Amino acid sequence: MIEVVTVILFGMLAVTAIAAIRLHDLFAVVMMFSIYSLLAAAVFVAMDAVDVAFTEAAVGVGISTVLMLATIGLVGRHEKRPTHRPGLPLAVVTLTGMVLVYGTLDMPRFGDPLAPIHQHVAPHYLQDSPVEIGIPNVVTGVLASYRGYDTLGELTVIFTAGIGVLALLGIRRRKRDES
Amino acid sequence: MDLLGLYNYWIVILLMMMGFYVVIASGHLVKKLIGLNLFQASVFILYISMGTVDGGAAPILRSGVGVFSNPLPHVLILTAIVVGVATTALGLALVVRIKEAYGSVEEEDIHRQDDSL
Repeated sequence: MIEVVTVILFGMLAVTAIAAIRLHDLFAVVMMFSIYSLLAAAVFVAMDAVDVAFTEAAVGVGISTVLMLATIGLVGRHEKRPTHRPGLPLAVVTLTGMVLVYGTLDMPRFGDPLAPIHQHVAPHYLQDSPVEIGIPNVVTGVLASYRGYDTLGELTVIFTAGIGVLALLGIRRRKRDES
Repeated sequence: MDLLGLYNYWIVILLMMMGFYVVIASGHLVKKLIGLNLFQASVFILYISMGTVDGGAAPILRSGVGVFSNPLPHVLILTAIVVGVATTALGLALVVRIKEAYGSVEEEDIHRQDDSL
């Protein structure tokens, strides 16, 4: 049953991505991206990743879409028709995809409980985090405690990106004031 | 047919390659960034699908449930989503600056102006 839901969602993701490729009005493309993120969040729920799902629904569907809409409001919403033929990009994409598919042949099967990823630290997190950290949501426990430095690094990246955005857009405004 | 168990990776690769195609085939810089985001969301699905366990539940500990999906990819992807939106914001700010400097966000127009310098 879950597999059927997942496959249907995957199909809808593919349709949305094709629509994003074919459309040339940027407003419509941004909406397609927003729908794509929402469908991805639904896939995450189907794959038991609820924390990721609501983060994706808030950040991917909400904040990213607002940022992109604000940008196309400033730079214009219509894409020029490409002058070059799509043959070369299509060939590059197909080749890369085939190499990646070849790489998956050694991967464990979908949902296999004996896959190597489930043998390393995950059993420790699932068994010991109620004792060591004391909250039932393992994802929160790992995020805030076992991998707290990761989260600190994430904050550093966001801070740096925020400074970058301010530097880029703040300078622009000052120049406009002077002129 | 054992290879069918790999279908999740193959669909994800298909989605990734669609995002990649948008990045390299379209000339509008905002559309390139959207393609990059499509690619990124597909990578998130790849990671989450690797953490899935048959018959597992969401990793919130409660009585009566014994099998959970792997929490580690969830944590990594939570971090990646937030970092992704930060880098997207920076990219979009760069696009706005490029529009200021060149008067266009089409890749070919920008190249043409750079050649004339």
